Amino acid sequence: MGNVNTTSKDVKLDSKIPEGPIESKWTNHKFNMKLVNPSNKRKYDIIVVGTGLAGASAAASLGELGFKVKSFSFHDSPRRAHSIAAQGGINASKNYQNDGDSTFRLFYDTIKGGDFRSREANVYRLAEVSGNIIDQCVAQGVPFAREYGGLLDNRSFGGAQVSRTFYARGQTGQQLLLGAYSALSRQINLGHVEMFNRREMLDLIVIDGAARGIVVRNLLTGAIEKYSAHAVVLATGGYANVFFLSTNAMNSNATAIWRAHKKGAFFANPCYTQIHPTCLPLHGDSQSKLTLMSESLRNDGRVWVPKQKGDKRPPDQIPEGDRDYYLERKYPSYGNLSPRDISSRSAKEVCDEGRGVNGGEAVYLDFADAIKRIGKKAIEEKYSNLFDMYQNITGENPYEVPMKIYPAPHYIMGGLWVDYNLMSTIPGLFVLGEANFSDHGANRLGASALMQGLADGYFVIPYTIGDYLATHKFGAVSTDHQEFKKSEEEIKGFVQRLLSIKGKTTVDEIHKKLGKLMWNKVGMARNEKGLKEVISEISSLREEFWKDVNVVGKAEDLNQTLERAGRVADYLELGELMALDALDRNESCGCHFREEYQTEEGEAKRDDDNYRYVAAWEFANAGKWNLHKEQLEFEYLHLAQRSYK
Amino acid sequence: MDEKKLNLKLKIWRQSGPQTVGSFVNYNVTVSTEASFLEMLDELNNGLEKNNQDPIVFESDCREGICGTCGLVINGEPHGPLPKIATCQLHMRNFKDGQTIWVEPFRARAFPVIKDLAVDRSGFDKIIQTGGYVSVNTGGVPDANTLPISKEIASEAFDSAACIGCGACVAACKNGSAMLFVGAKVTQLALLPQGQPERNDRVMAMVAKMDELGFGTCSNTYACEAECPKGISVRNIAMLNQEYRLAKIKSKNVEA
Repeated sequence: MGNVNTTSKDVKLDSKIPEGPIESKWTNHKFNMKLVNPSNKRKYDIIVVGTGLAGASAAASLGELGFKVKSFSFHDSPRRAHSIAAQGGINASKNYQNDGDSTFRLFYDTIKGGDFRSREANVYRLAEVSGNIIDQCVAQGVPFAREYGGLLDNRSFGGAQVSRTFYARGQTGQQLLLGAYSALSRQINLGHVEMFNRREMLDLIVIDGAARGIVVRNLLTGAIEKYSAHAVVLATGGYANVFFLSTNAMNSNATAIWRAHKKGAFFANPCYTQIHPTCLPLHGDSQSKLTLMSESLRNDGRVWVPKQKGDKRPPDQIPEGDRDYYLERKYPSYGNLSPRDISSRSAKEVCDEGRGVNGGEAVYLDFADAIKRIGKKAIEEKYSNLFDMYQNITGENPYEVPMKIYPAPHYIMGGLWVDYNLMSTIPGLFVLGEANFSDHGANRLGASALMQGLADGYFVIPYTIGDYLATHKFGAVSTDHQEFKKSEEEIKGFVQRLLSIKGKTTVDEIHKKLGKLMWNKVGMARNEKGLKEVISEISSLREEFWKDVNVVGKAEDLNQTLERAGRVADYLELGELMALDALDRNESCGCHFREEYQTEEGEAKRDDDNYRYVAAWEFANAGKWNLHKEQLEFEYLHLAQRSYK
Repeated sequence: MDEKKLNLKLKIWRQSGPQTVGSFVNYNVTVSTEASFLEMLDELNNGLEKNNQDPIVFESDCREGICGTCGLVINGEPHGPLPKIATCQLHMRNFKDGQTIWVEPFRARAFPVIKDLAVDRSGFDKIIQTGGYVSVNTGGVPDANTLPISKEIASEAFDSAACIGCGACVAACKNGSAMLFVGAKVTQLALLPQGQPERNDRVMAMVAKMDELGFGTCSNTYACEAECPKGISVRNIAMLNQEYRLAKIKSKNVEA
């Protein structure tokens, strides 16, 4: 492709990994970082965008320290953020089960699960603080599941052979988010955090090379508002909605990080997209989202398809001998709890062979054996809300008929590039949670997203942002600065441009077209030909959007069509970068499966000699990026082909 | 899944802003039985946009019944005719061909209409901000397993904590009372050992804020429990009343 410039030896990507053995890096770094005097903290303004697990925990913790925090959410309330929908659980290496867990094991599992495409030092720190998260949440009154003796219960998740997942029925994300929301609410009450609901960030303000504020649209009035600060924290989640159909909430979007990217923040590994194996299959054209069924179901459910192509018998009439429990067959040691990328790809494989349910795109997740083994009541206790959810959507009773599931876009490992301090390539711009790229490599393990969001927000950013503030000199910046004015004019122009096209195609129609392109060619399996095609197809679709989209309504009003139009305009650029990144990476790793690069058994074939790097893309101008590479060094773990057999 | 189509007459509340007068507008739609109620509205809106008409404003986010963003009154019932689900979980197979469906926003004094079917529920946040938490800062907390809590208590606390803050309880109540919402949070924290130190102050502050914001009182019709998508029990209201009385007795402030 002519539009990639590669910078081989990179001076712009300093990961700032502290010296010393991995066990003491974080401890030493915490000591070496400069502190802000308690009485000076209130002189610093910090903007936090997003109120999910990462954003709410960061805003609350920074408020507790005494900083002046402004928190922004596009929702009507911070409690709506999509972290709330996480079902299964949160990992922590407490070793409460006495089954051999440790910080090192969680570190190892996470690096291996991510197929050796993440930074050792960051992941070790994540494992190191994981236990503190559980302590913190319990102190807040989060009602985790407990055993009869009153101590905390654990369950198992994919990619691990220990039981380290803490949970609150099938609503762990909800309970953890409400914990962080309660801490945030307390800081709002104390006046340490000022909350701005129904505001969507549309631009990042960079002055003298550092992040100094944001410009937002007030979603109720349409007014463009400007806010300045000494540092900006983005915790705005992932962008699986680039596929239109995903498990993400309707409003989850890439706009905040994308606009920051266009202001200079490098975008890392944009193509690493997790396709979750256990979602409800598609029902028709009007479908607006795909519903996730928690991975925890794979603790007791067995995944199978008929052995014969096109076997259309109802599941209860397919005898044991005619069933293929393909995960148990291919990966005997992990079985139904194989990692997400492997499980998803295996489902696609059997469906492509024509062995899906009724020859279509679905596989069975069967609880009959588990019900026989431990009884219906025990299953109800563990999963009743998930079973109810399934029945309500599909009209079928999973206690009697096996569930039908199929993979769907769920989580994005890629995101804005950050160093060890979670700071992007723009000084003063910090990125947390799913919005950054840092900890999950090419594949995230189940129950690790909640862990990372809260680790970043509660236990990392409160230290590292202090060091940034203490070691920088700040000139006064007001929102009258010309950069704010320029940005405001640009946003108004952008909005007017969208409203004045008045074409024939709706925003959703274009978004659905983009989603199909992405799913077919930048989805579970990718190849050079498809990726080259899709880059030009996305670029044509982008032209179609700017010529023929119809955005009804006014700028100065509550206008949901306009909100969606701005987000889709960004997806049409981001989608192209995802394809470009996938094309650059001539290997398979984790969720990134290039058909040209597979072993004889059809497993992902990494190329550690040539692709053991983080691809960090610098925005040049529309459709043009420069590639920077951060080499990944593995000092503590031995690079090995992943095996779950 | 076999797809069948339904022809429906919709009567949807349209209101251009908080200060304007709204009215019902008729729409005829054909929709798949497999679609969800909100997907039906998506399709309707897509058609309106194609004809250069303003789409119907309604709010939703997760579309799996957990974020609490959505909330419509459908044929007079908050979240529609089925028990224990949010509006986004309602599917069209529960309606009959030819049926007329009335769609309105949640209505309550404390939930003013913003536009069409969207209402302002920020009062809920304000109530939580006055005390719906345990006052612990990040860090410096004891190991999680140093605080055993019986499975039963943890489970009961969870039942209360399952509230999604959608406001259906307020919309269902003829008095626009928020006592189920407040009761659920007060109960969760009153049951748990972590909530004990602030137990009395919490309930006093939350109830005072609830009254100040114009939410009504409870007159025991149990409509809130019937419409709650998470099945939060009215026992939470009984608990709230009890907690409030106890807190008042222990309070050092003597009322005139």
